[in-house]
Amino acid sequence: MSSETGVEATAGARHRATARRMSTGRAGDKIFVSAARGSGIAVLAIMAAIAVFLIWKAIPALQDNKANFITAEEWNPNATPPKFGIAQLAFGTIVSSLLAMLIATPVAIGIALFISFYSSRKLASFLGYIVDLLAAVPSIVYGLWGLAFLSKHMDGISEFLNTVLGWIPLFGGDSPGKNSIFTASVVLAIMILPIISSITREVFLQVPRANVEAALALGATRWETIRLSVLPYGRSGMIGASMLGLGRAMGETIAVAMVLTYVPGINIHLLEDGGATFASNIANSFDEASATGRGALIASGLVFFTITLVINMLARAVVARRKEFV
Amino acid sequence: MSSVTTSPGKPSLGSISAGRKIKDRLVQGFVYLAFALAVIPLVSVLWTVLSNGVKRLDADFLGHSMNGVSGRDTGGGAYHAIIGTLEQVAIASAIAVPIAVLTAVYLVEYSGGGRLGKVISFFVDVMTGIPSVVAGLFVLALWLLTFDFGFSGFAGALALTILMIPTVVRSSEEMLKLVPNELREASYALGVPRWRTILFVILPTALTGMVTGIMLAVARVMGETAPLLLTIFFTKAINTDPFKDPQGSLPSFIWEQAKDPNQNSIDRAWTGALVLILIIMVLNLAARLIAGRRAPSGR
Amino acid sequence: MAKRIEVSGLHAYYGGTHAIEDISMTIEPRSVTAFIGPSGCGKSTFLRTLNRMHEVIPGARVEGKVLLDDEDLYGSSVDPVAVRRVVGMVFQRPNPFPTMSIYDNVAAGLKLNGVRRKSQLDEVVEESLQGANLWNEVKDRLGKPGAGLSGGQQQRLCIARAIAVQPQVLLMDEPCSALDPISTLAIEDLIGKLKGQFTIVIVTHNMQQAARVSDRTAFFNIAGTGKPGKLIEIDDTSKIFTNPEQKATEDYITGRFG
Repeated sequence: MSSETGVEATAGARHRATARRMSTGRAGDKIFVSAARGSGIAVLAIMAAIAVFLIWKAIPALQDNKANFITAEEWNPNATPPKFGIAQLAFGTIVSSLLAMLIATPVAIGIALFISFYSSRKLASFLGYIVDLLAAVPSIVYGLWGLAFLSKHMDGISEFLNTVLGWIPLFGGDSPGKNSIFTASVVLAIMILPIISSITREVFLQVPRANVEAALALGATRWETIRLSVLPYGRSGMIGASMLGLGRAMGETIAVAMVLTYVPGINIHLLEDGGATFASNIANSFDEASATGRGALIASGLVFFTITLVINMLARAVVARRKEFV
Repeated sequence: MSSVTTSPGKPSLGSISAGRKIKDRLVQGFVYLAFALAVIPLVSVLWTVLSNGVKRLDADFLGHSMNGVSGRDTGGGAYHAIIGTLEQVAIASAIAVPIAVLTAVYLVEYSGGGRLGKVISFFVDVMTGIPSVVAGLFVLALWLLTFDFGFSGFAGALALTILMIPTVVRSSEEMLKLVPNELREASYALGVPRWRTILFVILPTALTGMVTGIMLAVARVMGETAPLLLTIFFTKAINTDPFKDPQGSLPSFIWEQAKDPNQNSIDRAWTGALVLILIIMVLNLAARLIAGRRAPSGR
Repeated sequence: MAKRIEVSGLHAYYGGTHAIEDISMTIEPRSVTAFIGPSGCGKSTFLRTLNRMHEVIPGARVEGKVLLDDEDLYGSSVDPVAVRRVVGMVFQRPNPFPTMSIYDNVAAGLKLNGVRRKSQLDEVVEESLQGANLWNEVKDRLGKPGAGLSGGQQQRLCIARAIAVQPQVLLMDEPCSALDPISTLAIEDLIGKLKGQFTIVIVTHNMQQAARVSDRTAFFNIAGTGKPGKLIEIDDTSKIFTNPEQKATEDYITGRFG
């Protein structure tokens, strides 16, 4: 009996001790977990606030608008009555970033292939560093370079394309220039190269060694090995990567704003001067914007955000599907 | 099997068919060309910035503002812009890093695949895709138009915060996931409460990797221009108070100087770009060194 | 169509590590040669030098000669791609191309070599699958992905893929180690059948398997960690398993090893 109570007593003491220790632990845990969860919720709150405030501040300007917001090409929110629409901006944004994606994707895949399969391991890590460096250069510097250097060398290329491909309306027109959507697309293409190639490289790294060896052992050349075992495996990853590049190109502001010369109205001749994107328009017209003008810019920003959001979500879904598939 | 000839001609060890060889070489040529195409612009960007920027990289540039200097004039500098950039980025980091690191801790250590964790994770992804100019618009709509504050360095820092949070969450998350589970279990087995385990075992283990990620994020937002144009506005004068009145910043300095057609302004823009790239490269290099130092001890 | 392999003075390296040292042996045509030995002894590395697969690992290199009916695989005018076309290989884990159908897996090597005619492809695919004892199991679902088969079936699919290009030599790197006993038996039966046409070299960690399927057996050993692997002896399988020349071989065979 006595021994039993003794055991119980020590057990009880131990239990109390544990409980005490645990309770301090619990209090600390509670504070810490609330801080962590609170931060997570803060992120959600910021996202909600972005949506709410953009919509709220856009509404008055939209109500004053005397033109069709979706289809009008002009952007005169400071005039009386204010008239503005996003047609030209949407056209410029979508066309310039699509073109940038089309230029960048093959080159980026080439870079990824080069680093993954055509260079020695030492060289590969150095080259990976170079590509990262390309990503670290800020967009304002690309903009300055595009404005002060690249555009001066673009008229030759533009004229060449105009002569050779002029029968395609997009490359047509009478006066190919240097501050065109095409020039902006080239700058954008350079800027999105690193992201496309680094995601593609990650996908290539995940290709099972066994698949590569299977192709090699069958007597496949390097290209045949890539075609048999690497490309089929990485297809959706590459599509996702180039779509993320597209989203990046759309969101890019400053470089485009610096390169483009604003000319009102949609011009499908991409080699001619002119054009504007959502982002470049915001950067360029903010200085002189009235209250309605700011509201109009916010409204265009809202549409712009929605478009990039859809593109990014689609891209992520494609990349994620690959993960499930494998 | 012998009835079927599977390959045209007798196989020899010497070579494969010319067509296959040519195709292989063509692809190799394309891949090399792609690489050259990527290196050319990089070299060109760095070279033009360096050669054009060195001209004005002098004491005047680093020690003076643009106050009273017009586009045509020689002299003038980016002192006000450098001060502004450093202050804005420091404030942005001070706000963004704790929120982002704690969010990453929540996602990795606490959410356990719960619904809140998934929702947060989803919106961090959404946040990653916010165009920088939209972050500027948001601060404009909230801070300036709704709360009626004026342009200030702090408003710019708020915009940079929004851009910084998702990248730091993602990089910290990766690093926390790399911490081996055995370490957590060993600590729990010793009766250490969860928060102490996280604070004194897990975070120190992941620290160097997280610092690397944070420095890369800092380097990234330091070059952001568009959100600043809408929030800090412009000034030519030195303003060391980030909470009041427009402030300068390196990116907006470059933007402003580059739009001025005078050669002296263009020169200042190049030098501004050079200084910006130098700061970013130093941050990148430091991040890499930290990451490299960690590698041998890790795992 | 089977060829004799003569190896002389072969060394293989991974970067600065000397993996196998000074190996010389003759591998007879139309027979099965088994490589046995403790793990890390270099038997798989040696196998991979026989179709120049060793060098696809970054930093790996080979010294010495491998003659395939008097032609040196490491001669300066030899294209490693052509070597692998003539010396086929089956791996430890079945590795069919995951995105391809059963049919396309078998036809992959032929297509590489420029065979495009449907009737010819059909014929070779059927012959190869029959050769790999797989035809009856898959003839109704040739268009289905190869990854949907069981492990043993996948391995036979890989064998079918390898023999479809009619190589001279078939190398097998522990082909049964990832398989269950019944699938293992199926593969062993298949090896017995294939040796009528090919020179077969098989690496195995299973001594009973070596005794069951091979005509000749080579024993490899390693002096210690970090030391290169060496060929201890090669002889008729019955001799190796009953009366080996070397003490080390006997110790390994009888389980007194290490």
